[in-house]
Amino acid sequence: MSDEAKAVTIPAQADGPTTQGAALTKDAAPGEVLLKVTGLQKHFPIKKGLLQRQVGAVHAVDGIDFEVRSGETLGVVGESGCGKSTMGRLITRLLEPTGGKVEFEGKDITHLGVSGMRPLRRDVQMIFQDPYSSLNPRHTIGTIVGAPFKLQGVEPEGGVKKEVQRLLSVVGLNPEHYNRYPHEFSGGQRQRIGIARALALNPKLVVADEPVSALDVSIQAQVVNLLDDLQQELGLTYVIIAHDLSVVRHVSDRIAVMYLGKIVELADRDLLYKSPMHPYTKALMSAVPIPDPRRKNAKSERILLKGDVPSPISPPSGCRFHTRCWKATQTCKTTEPVLVELRTGQQVACHHPENFEDQAPQDTVLLTVAKEAAELVADEVLAESAETSAALAAETASEPTETEAAEPTEATEAEAAEVAEPAEPATAEAAEPAEPAKTEAAESAEAVKAEPVKAEAAEVADAPGSEGGQESTDK
Amino acid sequence: MTELSKSGAAVGEPTPASPAPTSFLEVRDLKVHFPTDDGLVKSVDGLSFQLEKGKTLGIVGESGSGKSVTSLGIMGLHTAGQYGKRKAQISGEIWLDGTELLSADPDHVRKLRGREMAMIFQDPLSALHPYYTIGQQIVEAYRIHHDVDKKTAKRRAVEMLDRVGIPQPDKRVDSYPHEFSGGMRQRAMIAMSLVNNPELLIADEPTTALDVTVQAQILDLIRDLQKEFGSAVIVITHDLGVVAELADDILVMYGGRCVERGSAEEVFYEPRHPYTWGLLGSMPRLDRDQQERLIPVKGSPPSLINIPSGCAFNPRCPYADLPKDNVTRTVRPELSEVGSRHWAACHLGKEQRERIWTEEIAPKL
Repeated sequence: MSDEAKAVTIPAQADGPTTQGAALTKDAAPGEVLLKVTGLQKHFPIKKGLLQRQVGAVHAVDGIDFEVRSGETLGVVGESGCGKSTMGRLITRLLEPTGGKVEFEGKDITHLGVSGMRPLRRDVQMIFQDPYSSLNPRHTIGTIVGAPFKLQGVEPEGGVKKEVQRLLSVVGLNPEHYNRYPHEFSGGQRQRIGIARALALNPKLVVADEPVSALDVSIQAQVVNLLDDLQQELGLTYVIIAHDLSVVRHVSDRIAVMYLGKIVELADRDLLYKSPMHPYTKALMSAVPIPDPRRKNAKSERILLKGDVPSPISPPSGCRFHTRCWKATQTCKTTEPVLVELRTGQQVACHHPENFEDQAPQDTVLLTVAKEAAELVADEVLAESAETSAALAAETASEPTETEAAEPTEATEAEAAEVAEPAEPATAEAAEPAEPAKTEAAESAEAVKAEPVKAEAAEVADAPGSEGGQESTDK
Repeated sequence: MTELSKSGAAVGEPTPASPAPTSFLEVRDLKVHFPTDDGLVKSVDGLSFQLEKGKTLGIVGESGSGKSVTSLGIMGLHTAGQYGKRKAQISGEIWLDGTELLSADPDHVRKLRGREMAMIFQDPLSALHPYYTIGQQIVEAYRIHHDVDKKTAKRRAVEMLDRVGIPQPDKRVDSYPHEFSGGMRQRAMIAMSLVNNPELLIADEPTTALDVTVQAQILDLIRDLQKEFGSAVIVITHDLGVVAELADDILVMYGGRCVERGSAEEVFYEPRHPYTWGLLGSMPRLDRDQQERLIPVKGSPPSLINIPSGCAFNPRCPYADLPKDNVTRTVRPELSEVGSRHWAACHLGKEQRERIWTEEIAPKL
């Protein structure tokens, strides 16, 4: 089968994943900025009445800034309706932005017309979510994958057919299926066809909008691995939009978390998943069901957000998350937080960020509680706070504290509670206790520098009060 | 209630001579086949399981593995509708609380449906009627089974909406489905299915259409309600995370058959079927360190018209070529016990699988 042929090129599974701080070192020389987005906005008008007067607008994307460096993968996550797909369509210029600027390789492409964009279409390609509706049912696979050559007037070496067949084998399909129609393929195979089409012209940037969400778990893994391999072989840059946080963690180097048209947190993958700073990110991550029946009743770990996402037609004032946030104060209702870098590689838009050292006093108290409660079900808040204070403790470099503190520093607090059980990652954990703590310490040190910036943004430093509020919400 | 059961037993007399089971729900050798122009689609092909009251069974599998068909079969919804001349061909036995449903009188099953067994569907928008208010729909479901006036029924509807966490239930009871958000619609669906205190609740992909934050709310709700009402619950999903959260027992389906069944702990920590290994390996996990690569299952699920001979997983199984003790590959493997309350259907030897799991698979997960 075609997949077997594919399997040959797949490098062996690397054992003992050592990812601590890898995101920072993995791409030691980050490429130059490929795509730069500043203040990007898209408002869809709502028209009513006989005269079709505009009565309002859906603020789908409402002022976002980010950069994509060449060779990296930027993951974009968020709930439905947060504007992540609109963002994808804006940067590929399938939609006309209402405001802001999109620069590709230093060139402003914000308002380029159809003909102005055409040369750029070669470099920017898109993979769509639904492999059933994104392929024309009346065209053969050969026509579909060969279309980019025709549209761009490119004559590949050896002819279009040969090139298409090569592309098909690159994505793990049988080149002999050139003359088949989309309905003859399964969902996973169709997604591969979509990928082959996107790769036809050797693009620099590939924007994938939910590339695996329509696929079954076992097929999903095939496509994720394929995207991985292609990036390594062809040096592609990805923007991957998805709602599945575990898939995004797997594929991305950096991750942007969106909420109601805004980026609330933009950080290196490991930083984001180990110590999310925005309350929304934290809530989002705690909501992911963990495929581990032993943690079934660990309900207390979960931060349950109340209610639903507010309407993007009239987003809340100030911080958009304040209506659902357990830490919200008066400042949050009136002042919109700006996206500032609180740690190296972690930008957050929040007045009262989590995992930040202004919470230190009460965290120290919580650390002792956390230790006592180690055999009981670890509460997320306790473990998370222990994490921060562990970093602080590590700074003072007292040996016993470091080893003790290292356990809560591991991504999941329940594992710490289950030390007695023969959990598989136990060895890995034991092997590198000092490592994460050190990284944390270094980050905290960095964060001290960023402190003034943060204080400015927050205006009022009322962290202790809000922290108490959070605890009660969680219980 | 006892009356209903008795009449059901009377109707169910001509059933095969097997004795009534002791479990609350028992499915024996269930087969659901659909005749089509291309051939017979064997959606479910010999499925058996039991479920006790107060317990949750999670059915996992890929699309087309027969999960939903099984649930519709239990609810008796295949025979209820006519597919032109082609009706689904169902055989086997489904025992619910001492009553065999497949051979029972359709009128009797209709009395049970909604009252004894209820279902939460995947897509709440298409499962709710757009022309009627949420309240009207819940009231209808209640009054079919209870002889009460509209006022009492409406009070009951408000009570249920309140129970599932819909704010201002006395006002929202008069809202239409389109005025609700996705999460609230799913809550309303749950309220509707629980209004008659069913003993068996089937949730078919209850959270697939929802965002992860809302999903967490709904999962908590289902878990709490089960504790409160003590019903038996079947959760059908493709998300192993959801199953781990809710289920006591897990049944893994592949190609219309059960390939592995056991307690949630056994299936997650000591899986004994290569397909279960594949599922576990292809899933990125937030609770573990970052994996370098996922371990996907090669190929794609089989066509149900032309299920591979022998083990249905055979063409995708990485261990299919390993030598096996005196078995023919064309024979379908039967479920065999591999642990306490843990069964798997695989031709590989028990020790062989134990070795592969502990040495090759588990370290990579």
